[in-house]
Amino acid sequence: MAHAPSPESVALLERFTAALAASGLVTEDQIAEQIARTDRADPRIGAAMVARAWTDADYHALMLRDGSQAAEEMGVSMAGAPPLGVLADAPGLHHLVVCTLCSCYPRAVLGYPPHWYKSAAYRARAVRDPRGVLAEWGTTLPEGTQIRVVDSTADYRWMVLPTRPAGTEGWDAARLAGLVTRDVLVGTRLPTA
Amino acid sequence: MTSFAPQFPSGTRIRVKADYPETRGPCHIRTPHYLRGQEGVVERPLGAFRNPEDLAFARPAATIPLYHVRFDQQGLWNEGQPGDTVLVELYEHWLEPAA
Repeated sequence: MAHAPSPESVALLERFTAALAASGLVTEDQIAEQIARTDRADPRIGAAMVARAWTDADYHALMLRDGSQAAEEMGVSMAGAPPLGVLADAPGLHHLVVCTLCSCYPRAVLGYPPHWYKSAAYRARAVRDPRGVLAEWGTTLPEGTQIRVVDSTADYRWMVLPTRPAGTEGWDAARLAGLVTRDVLVGTRLPTA
Repeated sequence: MTSFAPQFPSGTRIRVKADYPETRGPCHIRTPHYLRGQEGVVERPLGAFRNPEDLAFARPAATIPLYHVRFDQQGLWNEGQPGDTVLVELYEHWLEPAA
């Protein structure tokens, strides 16, 4: 899906970064480090956090109390990143994350957002018709489950902690993490064993 | 800028101010339009952050309490399933107590 940027956009970016460096706001090294940090981020980080929370009650509590600290414990540097909030699903409650204003996304632990997360269609519909959106994803919630749409509008970034699926008794964290995809962490899908 | 103590405890019924830059000059109000004038309930305070109204215009920005506020889906859209909700981050000065 990636395609080469146009020469015009590359030239514009180069002028912009040169202007930032000249202004003293940020150095080119800082920009490079931020890009590298974002490139290192991956939904497997969020998945590992969820799997650990499923198997470690203390970590589960920490994750809900302070998501950023929980990420740091997994070796993620959260310095300069917005605080991470974690939304715990429960029997009867399912969370779905959207940013209707732009595309706020917990990049520190999920990496780059998928294109659909930034689309006008998802942003408009997730908040108004979450059940229709989930149906199109093929996601069926247990009977009687309420949906809580989380519109990420300000300083936090939000990630879903789903409930541990049935049939995973005795699984270790590494095996559990394999069930937790990017879409599960946004709330458009449920993990299944 | 000395006290960031939140004014609205969890459970407070609030209304989102129907506030627009067009009525009071350039500022960045990060309240989704679908919430302006709507009533919700404070889920919990989320700490305090610098006022985006001013940050977006590179002006000095005070630190202001931020809340997670819960709204009923049906109250917002006149459709949807009872019990479904929307949870949104909103700054204290964009809220007022509901009557």
